[in-house]
Amino acid sequence: MNDSIRAQFPILHQTVKGRPLIYLDNAATSQKPLAVIQAIDDYYRQYNSNIHRGAHHLAQMATEQYEAARQTVADHINASVREINFVRGTTEAVNLVANAYGRKFIQAGDEIIVSEMEHHSNIVPWQMLCEEKGATLRVIPITDSGELVQEAYLAMLSPKTKLVAVAHTSNALGTIHPVKEMIAAAHAVGAVVFIDGAQALPHTSIDVQDLDCDFLGFSGHKVFAGTGIGVLYGKAALLEQMNPYMGGGEMIKTVSFRGTTYNDLPYKFEAGTPHIEGGISLGAALKYVQSIGLPVIAAYENELLQYATQAIQAVPGIQLVGTAAQKASVLSFLIGGIHPYDVGVLLNEQGIAIRTGHHCCQPLMERFGIEGTCRASFAFYNTRAEVDVLVQALQRAVKILS
Amino acid sequence: MALSISELEQEIAEEFDLFEDQMEKYEYLIDVGKKLAPLPVQYLTDDYLVKGCQSKVWLHAYHQDGRMYYEADSNTAITKGIIALLIRVLSGQKTQDILDCPLGFIDRINLRAHLSSQRSNGLSAMVQKMKAYAAAYHQ
Ligand SMILES: Cc1ncc(COP(=O)(O)O)c(C=O)c1O
Repeated sequence: MNDSIRAQFPILHQTVKGRPLIYLDNAATSQKPLAVIQAIDDYYRQYNSNIHRGAHHLAQMATEQYEAARQTVADHINASVREINFVRGTTEAVNLVANAYGRKFIQAGDEIIVSEMEHHSNIVPWQMLCEEKGATLRVIPITDSGELVQEAYLAMLSPKTKLVAVAHTSNALGTIHPVKEMIAAAHAVGAVVFIDGAQALPHTSIDVQDLDCDFLGFSGHKVFAGTGIGVLYGKAALLEQMNPYMGGGEMIKTVSFRGTTYNDLPYKFEAGTPHIEGGISLGAALKYVQSIGLPVIAAYENELLQYATQAIQAVPGIQLVGTAAQKASVLSFLIGGIHPYDVGVLLNEQGIAIRTGHHCCQPLMERFGIEGTCRASFAFYNTRAEVDVLVQALQRAVKILS
Repeated sequence: MALSISELEQEIAEEFDLFEDQMEKYEYLIDVGKKLAPLPVQYLTDDYLVKGCQSKVWLHAYHQDGRMYYEADSNTAITKGIIALLIRVLSGQKTQDILDCPLGFIDRINLRAHLSSQRSNGLSAMVQKMKAYAAAYHQ
């Protein structure tokens, strides 16, 4: 399938340092297909206008497209449009829930559970909330292979547990967690669950009703849309009970100095002029993903991951970090005593983009007693041939560095 | 007669000019780093740390007869190479000369595109720290 797909991603067709670019930093951000670039271009060339206000033609078009994108998102994750709040990204989704839900419902003595593998954005807002409320943050430990210790999680759950916040898929190791079971267990003690879907949406289908998660956050830019747009899904009944997050235009029904009434869902949490072309780009991106088909994407990426996992064994001293049974297409690794930064620079010199460092998961790195890793993360536009070049480039880097 | 800062810079630039391939330049840089005299262990502490984002440098400096002497180590091979070059140029020089020098060789050896744009290797932090030591001893 690959040539026709790669043709849809203009950025891939360039040379870096005199060699064809090999982009393996998809977990940080994904590249954009023509359909997305075109949608953004169309918006500015044909119907840029503020939404939900003007009665004029352009305003109507922009509003229709923006709301159509919301419908696309809703359909994509099997939610209703009232439950789709456009936000800046996963980070804002977490902060919105921590503030608008957490500050209202979390009390002193309550417990919030996260995992040791979370991205900083799914740790720090909860830490801040716990500090403010006198609640306790509990942390699910992980195994050496990079899986959550489920027994420890189950033992942690109690009537004190008010909220569980875990990723569906780890950005640093690629581990896919059994979130459906974890959600059911949390519900059994009356806790609500926030799922960080940042790394899930690019690789797999998410059905919020099947998962029964209470909240789900994700970032558009990781799922082939533009930056600065993301989604917070929340069950309508919960969103209704929450306080607004930010005040301003759009989120109100009537404003008066005697008192202001707030707008209905989903506008209640969308103060101010939104990221209009961002929302539209997200609609286009999800439609593009649907046109290829997530099962096709998942199967292709899984095959590529297996291939890469085998191929990289040819690099002397290679040590994979994170070898869970269920993984998205992420390879985190170390090579002997070589610092990941050195590997990253020497791969860049050979036209290959990977990420090195702690991947915004310092507690995870601490758990493994390391400062960071090298991470190659694959999308469906990556190829076996690129994996082969990666392995050769690593071998060359190791030779120079040892 | 010891070489001046600009003469040493010129010397380094010429060495790097021998390589056309960037990978070979890095290989040479890393080799230079491997040959750097070890930093006495008592200086491998946070007090002597110059922090980049990913790479760490431990830098110790002392002053003798109006001249600065530097010793350093790093946890990454590439940064160690850079610090070795900086030491080769600046160690043994007069404080005033260190404060005045623009260190143009980093541009000339053509690694700068990478080195300076990377907040993570802390190149500018290293240079600043070396100059700060010189300023502290300068009278
Ligand atoms: C698992 C995970 N959670 C949260 C985030 C934060 O996403 P964003 O920076 O787009 O808000 C990321 C992205 O780096 C991520 O990979």
